[in-house]
Amino acid sequence: MKNTGLLKRLLSFTRPHLLYLAFALVFAVISVCLTLYAPVLTGRAIDQIVGRGHVDFIMLKQFLIWLAAVTAGASFAQWLMGLCTNKIAYLTVRDIREKAFAKLQNVPLKFIDSNPHGDILSRVIVDAEQIADGLLMGFTQLFTGIVTIFGTIGFMAVINVKITLLVVFVTPLSLFVANFIAKRSFKFFKVQSETRGEMTSLIEETIGNMKLVKAFGYEHEASQRFEEINARLKDCGVKALFFSSMTNPCTRFVNGVVYTLVSIVGALTAAAGALTVGQLSCFLSYANQYTKPFNEISGVIAELQSALASAKRLFEIIDATPQTPDSADAVVLGKADGSVNVENVSFSYVQDVKLIEGLNLSVQAGQKIAIVGSTGCGKTTLINLLMRFYDVDKGKIIVSGHDVQNLTRDSLRSSFGMVLQDTWLKAGTVKENIAYGKPNASDYEIVSAAVAAHADSFIKRLPKGYDTEITEDGGNISQGQKQLLCIARAMLSLPSMLLLDEATSSIDTRTEARIQKAFDTMMQGRTSFIVAHRLSTIRQADLIVVMDSGHIIEQGRHEELLAKKGFYANLYNSQFAV
Amino acid sequence: MLKLIRFLKDYKKECVIGPLFKFLEACFELAVPLVTAGIIDTGIKNHDIAYIYKMGGVMVFFGLAGLICSLTAQYFAAKASMGFGTALRTALFNHICVLSYTEIDEIGTPSLMTRLTGDINQTQSGVNLVLRLFLRSPFIVIGAVIMAFFVNVKLAVIFLIAAPLIGAVIYFVMSRSIPYYRRIQAILDRVSLLTRENLAGVRVIRAFSKQADETADFNKTCDFLMNEQVLAGKIAALLNPVTYVVVNAAIIALIWGGGFQVDTGSLSQGEVIALVNYMSQILLALVALANLIIAFTKASASAVRINEVFELLPSLTEKEQQIVLRSDQPRLSFENVSFAYQKSEADALTNISFNVPAGATVGVIGGTGAGKSTLMNLIGRFYDAAQGRVLIDGEDIKNFSFAALREKIGIVPQKAVLFKGTIRDNLRWRRKKASDEELWQALKIAQGEDFVRSKPDQLDTMIAQGGKNLSGGQRQRLTIARALVGRPEILILDDSASALDFATDAKLRRAIKQETQGMTVFLVSQRVSTIRNADFIVVLDDGRIVGLGKHEELMETCSVYHEICLSQLEKEVAA
Repeated sequence: MKNTGLLKRLLSFTRPHLLYLAFALVFAVISVCLTLYAPVLTGRAIDQIVGRGHVDFIMLKQFLIWLAAVTAGASFAQWLMGLCTNKIAYLTVRDIREKAFAKLQNVPLKFIDSNPHGDILSRVIVDAEQIADGLLMGFTQLFTGIVTIFGTIGFMAVINVKITLLVVFVTPLSLFVANFIAKRSFKFFKVQSETRGEMTSLIEETIGNMKLVKAFGYEHEASQRFEEINARLKDCGVKALFFSSMTNPCTRFVNGVVYTLVSIVGALTAAAGALTVGQLSCFLSYANQYTKPFNEISGVIAELQSALASAKRLFEIIDATPQTPDSADAVVLGKADGSVNVENVSFSYVQDVKLIEGLNLSVQAGQKIAIVGSTGCGKTTLINLLMRFYDVDKGKIIVSGHDVQNLTRDSLRSSFGMVLQDTWLKAGTVKENIAYGKPNASDYEIVSAAVAAHADSFIKRLPKGYDTEITEDGGNISQGQKQLLCIARAMLSLPSMLLLDEATSSIDTRTEARIQKAFDTMMQGRTSFIVAHRLSTIRQADLIVVMDSGHIIEQGRHEELLAKKGFYANLYNSQFAV
Repeated sequence: MLKLIRFLKDYKKECVIGPLFKFLEACFELAVPLVTAGIIDTGIKNHDIAYIYKMGGVMVFFGLAGLICSLTAQYFAAKASMGFGTALRTALFNHICVLSYTEIDEIGTPSLMTRLTGDINQTQSGVNLVLRLFLRSPFIVIGAVIMAFFVNVKLAVIFLIAAPLIGAVIYFVMSRSIPYYRRIQAILDRVSLLTRENLAGVRVIRAFSKQADETADFNKTCDFLMNEQVLAGKIAALLNPVTYVVVNAAIIALIWGGGFQVDTGSLSQGEVIALVNYMSQILLALVALANLIIAFTKASASAVRINEVFELLPSLTEKEQQIVLRSDQPRLSFENVSFAYQKSEADALTNISFNVPAGATVGVIGGTGAGKSTLMNLIGRFYDAAQGRVLIDGEDIKNFSFAALREKIGIVPQKAVLFKGTIRDNLRWRRKKASDEELWQALKIAQGEDFVRSKPDQLDTMIAQGGKNLSGGQRQRLTIARALVGRPEILILDDSASALDFATDAKLRRAIKQETQGMTVFLVSQRVSTIRNADFIVVLDDGRIVGLGKHEELMETCSVYHEICLSQLEKEVAA
């Protein structure tokens, strides 16, 4: 029942392409009918050549010309049907894929943060392809199959009802046989896939950690464990493969039996004069054509089922709850004045697991705020809330005198410049990446931004300078260089507020010094929130916010906090009073 | 693919029997139209009902015989192909085991894994298909043509024209559409890239409000993909209609030509039908062949990827010579060592020289990419130095056998990896027959005794795949204990205390100091507090040694070290 709902929904995506669907159906009917009519003509033609001296060449010629015409018509209709089904399948899948992608741009960040990316990716790529395959097969084979079944029954019934009934009732036998074998071989397949799973885990473990294996000289044991599973895989693999490959010969045998029965009964009828030889040959060819859809049907159904399963996975993305849209009267924030007030904010990622509670923070324009605290204490959460990647549960965040809930997301976000530790670059040239937020930026602007970000010197040394292609996620440049490019990107459209995340460790000291300088240039005269890791940054901050498990436990300047002899002072001293 | 045939050598019998029975099956199949012709020409013409039943029986017999032959062939093909896959898998696994780090880096672990699983399965089913069907189709095609000649020489000429023509059509369609499929794959990769990128960069994309642009970019690529798919489909959709036309044209020719021959009495009506049936069989066989060629192409592509791995030879070679160890030499020394990774132009290490006396504790510190792990990898000879020498007890480590060298060294890697199995299995890696007492001793030093004791099954506690049922700190303690079992002469802790809290880290260092007299210990870390009390500290920056000495000296003399110490306020807070 659930599947029919899914199927309906999937088919509803073909609605915009209904014209193609209609044509596909029409051509399918035409081609199947003509294909089925061909054996009748062949049979009639053969009936004109009875024996020596008994050949009616005039009629023979006529039937053969008809046969040629029918052949041409059938193949042409078949080709057109192929084109139409292709078009519907691929158009539909494109639509579904685009819809899923558009949804991904509009879901709350929580959706993307909490679902494994690999999983979403395989839905958009692999599952969509699976739908295309399923639709193609469904439209071509399933549809023509059904038409063929009814068509053959009709054509055969016109010639001889008795033999028709014989064919109709005996043929489904092959379905039972196929089903019988499938049930038997299922258990072998289950063992096989379990063993394969075992092997994959072992491979992940050993090959995935080959360096460790070698460091401990564990190769021999690993190899023994591998061979043991491999031997088991061989045994159950042979069984699974053999049993599953029995289906084809067995159904062929059943078809052979049907063919024989038709031959015998047909020949007996013909001998009695109630059937011509041509009609018999026609029947034989129908018996073959009639069984074909039955042999294919299990494959088609399996393919359709996995297409439906894939559709379900894609629909889950399409049906994901979108983020609450900006309210109709949302204000577009012009130039932000740089003031930020966090008033009594509470927030948690998971219900019942409280993270931030009753957070208050008052920041004036141009201040530098250093956020200090241990991992998981809520530093990046603050960035998530300021950028409205997540919405607060309680309380208010006020930027430039507006509650962020009443601002459009786009205008709020564009008033912040953001450089995260997790440096993300697009696959594309260096130039494109710097101009990411301002695609129409002039070369002069781009180079100036790079210079200001202390990135110009290394960019010039790249093989093609500003036109160097950066591979996916910046694989061909170093971590520090990536960060410099991210800074240059933020530098190009420098807004009045900054969110910076200092790098912890992954950068060599020279590049780190450069990044530091670039940060300093950026921060001049701007309200800056810095997730701080460096003592110098912390010392220079106008306000140090010390966070611990979601709460701000202390805030103030370096000297004030030291004088207070509290948490911060304690931390500071424990580190430097060596 | 041919290069892999050697893995079939234990299955020669199966490789002969399989196709042989397939051949027999094809013969039975080819005989059926002749029987039908007999029924028509003899049974129907003469109203010989007994003959009709007899021939019906013959057909069932042929069908049954065909079934048996086919099942036999199927069985041997399954046996041979699975045997092939198994032998290939074992050989590849063992080959990967002898490769050095350099080669593993070159292909990459994920790729090695897919080659060992997906690619081998692909070649395995390729072998199976070839044994089962690749020979069957030519049998049927050639057999049908021969049978046609047997029936009537003149009309058989039509077969000689039609069969190659169908083959040509199939070849044309496939050769034209394959380049499209390659391009489609490339575009699909791009769709995949865009999706991946958008998931990873979601924050930046939204921060710059680029959702609309990204969607437009994605849609453009999807449209492009769709167009190419439709184009490829246009060509592929030609296959069935065109072959249908060729076959029917041949049938028309057969009936027309047959008409004249029947008129003169040199052919019977039943024989015309037999010829028509042979024509249909040829078509079916050739279409099956086309599908096989596609499967075979895939298998060949996989075979190429598998052979790439076989062609890699380990770049490090072992020497096994008698070694006279000299106790008057430092336990370990680096003599002017430089090293660069294969694909990188810059040196990862440059001119490294220092000596370590036996029993010393050495701290190694520096930022990521400074060369700390590389330095440790050279001690275990996982890579060979490009220049200079690494010596243990005065002997170049290249002169030790791998087993002898690694026997001396206990390594605790950065990532705490454990394998599925009991704790005991995991701890016995360095010494297969280590007693429980030894294991507990190692656990005690590694600060892991308490938690293992608290488990109901103690050393028999099962560790899940990837150690998922243990906490990060517990895993790390076990990996430390694993390295300590068998008392190595040199212990390397490669930034491996990061999941331990400060108190435990300190206890661990104290225990190692007290319990492992004479063991030379390398502590690699980014934490100053971990290495501060070492006998001496190696400060690395950009692959060079920029400081060498005790903590207090370095604070005075080494600016890089000083800077690292100052910058660590927050990290200390973090822990």
